[in-house]
Amino acid sequence: MTQEIIYSIGGVLLFCIGLYGLIACEHLFRKILSFNIMGGGVFLFLVSIALNGDNTPDPVPHAMVLTGIVVTVSATAFALALLRRINSGTGAETLGRLEQDASDLDG
Amino acid sequence: MKADEPAEKITQRILTAFFAAGLALVLAMAVTDLPEGVGLSGDAQESLKQSGVENSVTAVLLNFRGYDTLLEICVLLLSVLGVMTLTNGRIRRPEYSIDPLLHVLARVLVPLMVLVSGYLLYEGSYAPGGAFQAGAVLGSAIVLSRLAGLAAVEKFNRAFLVAAMLGFAVFLIIAVIPLAYGRNFIEYPPEYAGILIFTIEASLTISIAIILYSLFSGGSAIPSRSHPGGRKN
Amino acid sequence: MQEIITTAPWGALMVVIPLAAAAASYLFPWRSALMAASAIAFPAAFYSLALLARDVWVSGAVRYRIGGWGSPLGIDLFADGLSILMLFMTIVVVMAASIYSSFYFSGDVERKRSFWPLWMFLWAGLNGVFLSGDVFNLYVTLEVMVIASVALISLKGGREALLSGMRYFLVSVLGSLSYLMGVAMLYGSYGILDIGALGRTIGPDPAAQIAIVLIVTGLLAKTALFPLHFWLPKAHASAPVPVSAALSALVVKAPFYIILRLWTDVFSHDIISHAGLMLGVLGSVAIIWGGVMALRQTRLKMLVAYSTVSQIGYLFLFFPMAGSSDAFLGCVYQALSHGLAKASMFLAAGNLIKALGSDLIEDLRGLRQRLNISTFAFGLAGISLMGLPPGAGFIAKWQLLKASIETGQWWWAIIIVAGGLLAAGYLFPVLRNIISQSQDPVECAKVPFGMEAAAIVLAVLSLVLGIAAAVPLSLFRTALL
Repeated sequence: MTQEIIYSIGGVLLFCIGLYGLIACEHLFRKILSFNIMGGGVFLFLVSIALNGDNTPDPVPHAMVLTGIVVTVSATAFALALLRRINSGTGAETLGRLEQDASDLDG
Repeated sequence: MKADEPAEKITQRILTAFFAAGLALVLAMAVTDLPEGVGLSGDAQESLKQSGVENSVTAVLLNFRGYDTLLEICVLLLSVLGVMTLTNGRIRRPEYSIDPLLHVLARVLVPLMVLVSGYLLYEGSYAPGGAFQAGAVLGSAIVLSRLAGLAAVEKFNRAFLVAAMLGFAVFLIIAVIPLAYGRNFIEYPPEYAGILIFTIEASLTISIAIILYSLFSGGSAIPSRSHPGGRKN
Repeated sequence: MQEIITTAPWGALMVVIPLAAAAASYLFPWRSALMAASAIAFPAAFYSLALLARDVWVSGAVRYRIGGWGSPLGIDLFADGLSILMLFMTIVVVMAASIYSSFYFSGDVERKRSFWPLWMFLWAGLNGVFLSGDVFNLYVTLEVMVIASVALISLKGGREALLSGMRYFLVSVLGSLSYLMGVAMLYGSYGILDIGALGRTIGPDPAAQIAIVLIVTGLLAKTALFPLHFWLPKAHASAPVPVSAALSALVVKAPFYIILRLWTDVFSHDIISHAGLMLGVLGSVAIIWGGVMALRQTRLKMLVAYSTVSQIGYLFLFFPMAGSSDAFLGCVYQALSHGLAKASMFLAAGNLIKALGSDLIEDLRGLRQRLNISTFAFGLAGISLMGLPPGAGFIAKWQLLKASIETGQWWWAIIIVAGGLLAAGYLFPVLRNIISQSQDPVECAKVPFGMEAAAIVLAVLSLVLGIAAAVPLSLFRTALL
């Protein structure tokens, strides 16, 4: 019982730390790391609800976590490639302000 | 405008921190009084006998909720396609000199990893394991052998593309075949379920390994700024 | 709601066909193979959709048990009138944009190679969302859609496209994870993922309320409701033209569809009070803000993209008037009519820009007579967006107006009318520039007929939908009761 709650709260905290990082950090790499932390939080929470008292662990949240991990890994890999491409093309490491890059829409 | 930007940023950070902390508090309060004993473990145990496998997580992943897994393979493939788009299909050879120690280590480790991967795949039917774990180990074996200079693929060639697609194609075909026999989508006949799931998992293992390797090497194919000669935008 | 369990695989085929087409276009990226794949895929999908629509027409709503397990353990596909109309809009827009793309990418072998599989996966993801009856499955289908969208935006390569693709990706991931956390909370409270079963069990528990806030907020970010719209204009404006059309017409509708579905089937009023009013207010602000920003744009694609921000606002006027069936019909009709009209407008705008070699609205003056079809399409789509009869947008806005009078919430009527006037305000100058005679007409590049045809077909359809509104409206009623 208490064990589950520790993990649940841990998951929730990770989720919120990641949320903070995703919004507050400017560097794109930090943002990518942050959404991974957020995802980790959700997955920890899901595993903790699978514990489910004395019964056998619920396999459905486990499967959800596995699916979620694969999705997150794919998204992260793609985001990192996108970041490298942005960085190699323009040298940018942050998204910059919305207004500033308003003039260079290429045909 | 520029001068007061730091102050503006600090305010923004503080506000975000307050927001995140508040959300954490509310969420933590909510999770402490979640009811016990809810969930689908009972249903999963009941249906496990007809699922063709003995491990309930594998049963959920590839049978009960196989549709999610099919779509999840799409996400993996999409990320490879995305990375290929960003790199124009190139794979870059490592430019650093290869550590002889790593080379020796890889020669010992890679066969072992392939073995472990095969074991994880086989074991997935009745214990924690399965295609994803096996694919991850196999994928890292390929990555390791590439880092140690044992193997290098220059371009995403056709064999590569086909191997990455294999798991998805096999899964899709096996998922559709029941339709021809008047069954539902992804409804395996119980007597063949075990072998069908194993076929899917075996092909997925290969594909996942190749996809993970492609993501690794494709990402590094984008020249960083210190290497001139990158694609002009 | 009347609901039957079916074993007819039409819904499943709506997902399988695009997936198979994606696999085929990935493995055989040659022109003839692509033509063959689409020549099979589109008619097959139309056929499945027609049969699915017939089942829904006859039985109300249909549920299909994937793997034969059924909820709660398995995943069910669920289709009612609402799903059918969304699927119909999707297939029409995807087909028109596919024809457009076959010309748009014709010279570009590298991009064409990755475009088609990504495009087909996007279609599969959209169909998956519109057919899903399971909250976790929705998360996976949304991810398919988002990663395909971002990859398609970045296909163009330039700085603007990459940065706005990244911005869209990050907002979207934030939304997905917030949604997933909400789903986890719901599962933790009720042990159910099926939408119908959740609707029967959910109660006013704190965990459920928080879950709803997380889910709706996450989806709002993806659907770009004010103030979470900041990523949209640039992402949509900097994508390749057919992708812009699909993004504005379809991709923002998918998360909205989920909100609507959950709102009507799962979240009852005693769980969330005043949330509907808040969504209505945000929608109103979006209508006005998007319109004003569109007025200020100097570039054509940005104007069309800001108009999407404004038009999305109308969709959210449903929530404060959720009891009224007119509001529901208006909102769904708005989604449908905006989908067709906006896709047409993006394609037409793409043609004008291609002919002119410039996307400044100012430069449109130089364009004369060469692009009658695209100009006409732009105008027709504009009629629908402004909410003038006989466009489909008129029916949508009329239903919403009726609902606001019926429910006594007349203040929404002011917003609807003001939004229409704003739309006229930003669209008329564009049309005037296209039509007006310039002293020195510039040399225009040639635009293939297929690209113009794709734009006009969608524009005409948005008009037909306005004139023959009876059929879709009666199909909606099956979604209601």
